[in-house]
Amino acid sequence: MKTKLLALALGTAALATVNTSASAATLDDVKAKGFMQCGVSTGVPGFAFTDDAGDWQGFDPALCRAVAAAIFGDPKAVKFTPTTGKTRFTALASGEVDMLARNTTETFSRDVDLKFTFAPVNYYDGQGFMVRKSLGVTSALNLDGATICIQTGTTTELNLADYFRANNMKYEPVPIETNAEAQEKYLANACDVYTTDASGLAATRAAFEKPDDHVLLPEIISKEPLAPLSRHGDDQWADIIKWTLNALINAEELGVTAANADDMKANSKLPAVRRLLGAEGDFGTKLGLGNDWSINAIKAGGNYGEIFEKYIGPKTAIGLERGLNRLWNKGGILYAAPLR
Amino acid sequence: MNWPVAAIEYPLDVFQRILQNGPHMTIANDFSGEVEPFRLSMLINDKRYRSYTLQIITIALFMLAVGWLVSNVVANFAERGKTFSFAFLWEPASYDINQRLIEYTSRSPHWLAAVVGILNTLVLAFLGCIAATIFGVAIGVMRLSKNWLVSRLMTVYIEGFRNVPVLLWILLASTAFSAMLPAPRQAPVLAGGFVPTNRGFYVPAPVWENGSGILVVVFLASLVGAWLFGRWAKTKQAATGEILPVFWIRLAIIVLPVILFYFLLGRPIGLSLPELKGFNFQGGGFVRNSFMALWIALSLYTAAFIAENVRSGIQAISKGQTEASYSLGLPPNRTMNLVILPQALRIIIPPLISQYLNLTKNSSLAIAVGYMDVTGTLGGITLNQTGREMETLLLLMLFYLVVSLLISGVMNVYNSSVAIKER
Amino acid sequence: MADTQNNNSLLYISTKELPQLPAPVNTHGPGAWMRMNMFANGRDTFLTIVFSILVIAVLYKLIPWLITNAVFFADSIRQCREIDTGACFAVVTTRFNQLIFGFYPPDFYWRPILTFILMFVAFAPILHDNLPRKLLWFSALFPLLAYFLLWGGPIWGPLLIPVMLALAVLVYKSVSASLNPSLGVLAAVAFTVVWFFLVHDTMSETLASAMPIGLEPVESAKFGGFLVTFVIGVTGIVASLPIGIALALGRKSDMAVVKMICVGFIEFIRGVPLITLLFVASTLLNYFLPPGTTFDLILRVIIMVTLFAAAYMAEVIRGGLAALPRGQYEAADALGLTYWQSTRLIVLPQALKISIPGIVNTFIGLFKDTTLVSIVGILDPIGIMQPIRSTTEWNGIIWELPIFIGLVFFICCFVMSRYSMYFERKLDTGHRN
Repeated sequence: MKTKLLALALGTAALATVNTSASAATLDDVKAKGFMQCGVSTGVPGFAFTDDAGDWQGFDPALCRAVAAAIFGDPKAVKFTPTTGKTRFTALASGEVDMLARNTTETFSRDVDLKFTFAPVNYYDGQGFMVRKSLGVTSALNLDGATICIQTGTTTELNLADYFRANNMKYEPVPIETNAEAQEKYLANACDVYTTDASGLAATRAAFEKPDDHVLLPEIISKEPLAPLSRHGDDQWADIIKWTLNALINAEELGVTAANADDMKANSKLPAVRRLLGAEGDFGTKLGLGNDWSINAIKAGGNYGEIFEKYIGPKTAIGLERGLNRLWNKGGILYAAPLR
Repeated sequence: MNWPVAAIEYPLDVFQRILQNGPHMTIANDFSGEVEPFRLSMLINDKRYRSYTLQIITIALFMLAVGWLVSNVVANFAERGKTFSFAFLWEPASYDINQRLIEYTSRSPHWLAAVVGILNTLVLAFLGCIAATIFGVAIGVMRLSKNWLVSRLMTVYIEGFRNVPVLLWILLASTAFSAMLPAPRQAPVLAGGFVPTNRGFYVPAPVWENGSGILVVVFLASLVGAWLFGRWAKTKQAATGEILPVFWIRLAIIVLPVILFYFLLGRPIGLSLPELKGFNFQGGGFVRNSFMALWIALSLYTAAFIAENVRSGIQAISKGQTEASYSLGLPPNRTMNLVILPQALRIIIPPLISQYLNLTKNSSLAIAVGYMDVTGTLGGITLNQTGREMETLLLLMLFYLVVSLLISGVMNVYNSSVAIKER
Repeated sequence: MADTQNNNSLLYISTKELPQLPAPVNTHGPGAWMRMNMFANGRDTFLTIVFSILVIAVLYKLIPWLITNAVFFADSIRQCREIDTGACFAVVTTRFNQLIFGFYPPDFYWRPILTFILMFVAFAPILHDNLPRKLLWFSALFPLLAYFLLWGGPIWGPLLIPVMLALAVLVYKSVSASLNPSLGVLAAVAFTVVWFFLVHDTMSETLASAMPIGLEPVESAKFGGFLVTFVIGVTGIVASLPIGIALALGRKSDMAVVKMICVGFIEFIRGVPLITLLFVASTLLNYFLPPGTTFDLILRVIIMVTLFAAAYMAEVIRGGLAALPRGQYEAADALGLTYWQSTRLIVLPQALKISIPGIVNTFIGLFKDTTLVSIVGILDPIGIMQPIRSTTEWNGIIWELPIFIGLVFFICCFVMSRYSMYFERKLDTGHRN
């Protein structure tokens, strides 16, 4: 009898926590849940990490918070799910997370074959190589015979194979699961080279005790447009992510920051600013949100530039230059569609 | 043939009654000879029919459950626009694998990557089982040593390894190799051209030249010779009681002709020594650290369990056997080899084989240290790059299932073979 | 009969009288003990010396690093290195809460702690047979209580389940008394299903809005560290027990179909590594559920771990059933008990008792195997090492975290294995036939 009771009790306890979500309207589900679920990486310095209190911080979580703020007016209405290169797409496809903000390269097969919708690129990246200065290597073409640490399950693995094949060079791949592991192996000199997105390399190098002992090689062997993504087939939800990101970039372009957003909304006479901050038009309602969606998103963590500066910019320990990720009118290629 | 007539009649008789009454005839019915008319309620209340009712219900429920799962999969696949097809196996894998026992490049198809992984799994499992057996038996025997210090240390070893997760041991072994061994450029070349580095162990590799075939034949011939000598020595001991130093003579029979022919043929087997060139050592053989870490951690971990099996197997042999052997005048060594171990093996081998099975399954933890076994290629990179979870995991499970069934098949054959000898 | 003349040539028969041996030396005191246990003969002496040197060398290297020069309190690895040269266990002390509870809200640490203590109360009547049997009721209710304490939420959902079961028993009793016992079972099951899928949720929600009694909900994603290890391990073993019993009985069944299904399930699960089942949990399980249904990862992992443990549990219980003397089955049959009566009253109580050491051993195995969940991205102790290592303060920590984690596992598993040995000795009353 006792065992029967146990079985029933456990079965029911497990079933009681099933939550059904109709995948057709993610926004309705998210609103019903009262929070959004966001997939991030398991830890890349600057891009996603947990602080002492266990809260997720970084460039990627900041975008999730902005989207949550756009929906709920509350940047805390988001739950983070750490995903590895292996689990990220399943987590999104199965509805475990509502969006993925996790250093994910937009590719044809991910868009068309795996059926995801990519928002605009939020970080333009490319695959680079990091080596010890003491090796005296100046070009990736000198890497014949080298031992290379590489994260599996990423596009970098395929790019590397192609690059070395194209240049008729041999190498010894050391596959690893995570950035932390790669760092450990590389520092212990278990591999000569660490290759991943250049931003990740810079972030990793910045965390070293002696960053100056390591150099990034000039070759960038691939294009890695990193973008947040959601499931195919829910355009409304994809639009919310897309336009939240666009709002953050436009805010930087228009000089709207977290600090002056309220003030600008009340006093600015520029039509573009007034449209962006919801003083004019009803873009929010058309998205299925409130008209204060964009100002909430901006106030959550600042505009694109502020987020960049706070987590990965030159003044942080990570010290990434804006480079390609400058605004289009400042020499970069960050070019957000206007709110109109 | 003169079968008793009744023996033929009886089964026929029973058969006829079964035809009339159904198979589960109870003895009571047999005696009374009455045939109860069938009623619907008998499906539940009559023991003869209830089992059929229940089985049909079980099949129905089982099919229902399977059907439900399959229909869910179909619906989910349709909703996400996924298809179920193994065609991806013939597309180029596009990734490189470091340890490959057969020809493979990044242009090879996914199925070949899976085969490379399978071979890597099998190599790891095979070498792991051998090392685990050697360590395990040695530790299990030492655990029973009369030497207090030795037996205590072995207890510490066994308890220490058994009570900490194997994944932690694998990670520790991997960290130990990469953090404690020198990088290739600082690595010392040890005696015999053996170079330990934090990337792996560079070892001298044999180079087969002309005439090495003869050497192999000589070696095989001396193995046969050693075996024949052993038989002869046994016969002689049985006849006269004289005990020859069999081990040393056998060793000489195996080693001496090979050395003799090696020089006579002008050293047909050369050695390729690793030397530092560019980033790494070139030449010789290379055993990667991911392999070493797994091999050592898995075999030490499994050895702790095997040691316990060996100990309990030896202790299960009653003390009277030892005493009888001593009273016959056999020294402790021979008592162990001739009396205790042959009997203990029968108890030890079944759990030993299931430990082999465990080791093989645990080798899938290779993924934690980046060893490219079948979980790393098929269930890892191929799964990630193609997004075909269902197909890859099905194949992966099928592989492990086949290996497990083979190993347990071997175990069943062994069990039945010792069962026959038992009287 | 061998020739008597030939006997003289047999070498193992001594031809002359052996000389008398001297009287044994002193056999008391530490010196004699050492001589007998460590230096009995040449080989022993050699082994003793070699192993002593080995142990001393290892300890000489290890103790300064591990204990005397170790740093237990510091804010970062750099500070550690400034203070002393040994191990930097400060990472364990500063991140202790994360290693134990993961990201569970600190205000609610009392909930897992209370659950942990209550767990012992719940297990006590199962593991000690000299406690009042009434306590078993608490053991039966414990899973619900633990669920409520750990995950929080309104109390009504878990509370209504015992109510439902009590009502189901009532239905069974009334129907079986008036009509037929088989119909009674059917009615009770039907009642449970109807209640569960139609009434339960609405009723608990109504009650929750009327009387909002409950705890702050904590989602699974916040679970981490050893909390996850215990949640997955204990749930897996407890939930697998009934399934394992069913499978073991099914495997022994005369019904070919039932037996085939059970054997197929057991051999399939035992034939594949746990990690492939965890991959199924992390990537495939959602496909097997109706479209739109999602569990969170920890629950999916618990489901697969339960199925995994059930197959092993079935084999342990099958061993217990086989170890039961034949006479017990025959005596039950002789008394005219039905299959279910004899199983419930005679076979299972004894077989389960014999199986307890095996169950504890299965639990130890499962407890260790829960570390594999780190590979599918759950932040168990091993999984949580990585986020800790990738913070700037602790970047470069290598040995300290695995040493601490290994030590905790060792203590837990060692204690449990000793308990299982003790229980085995206690069961071995020596009057089994």
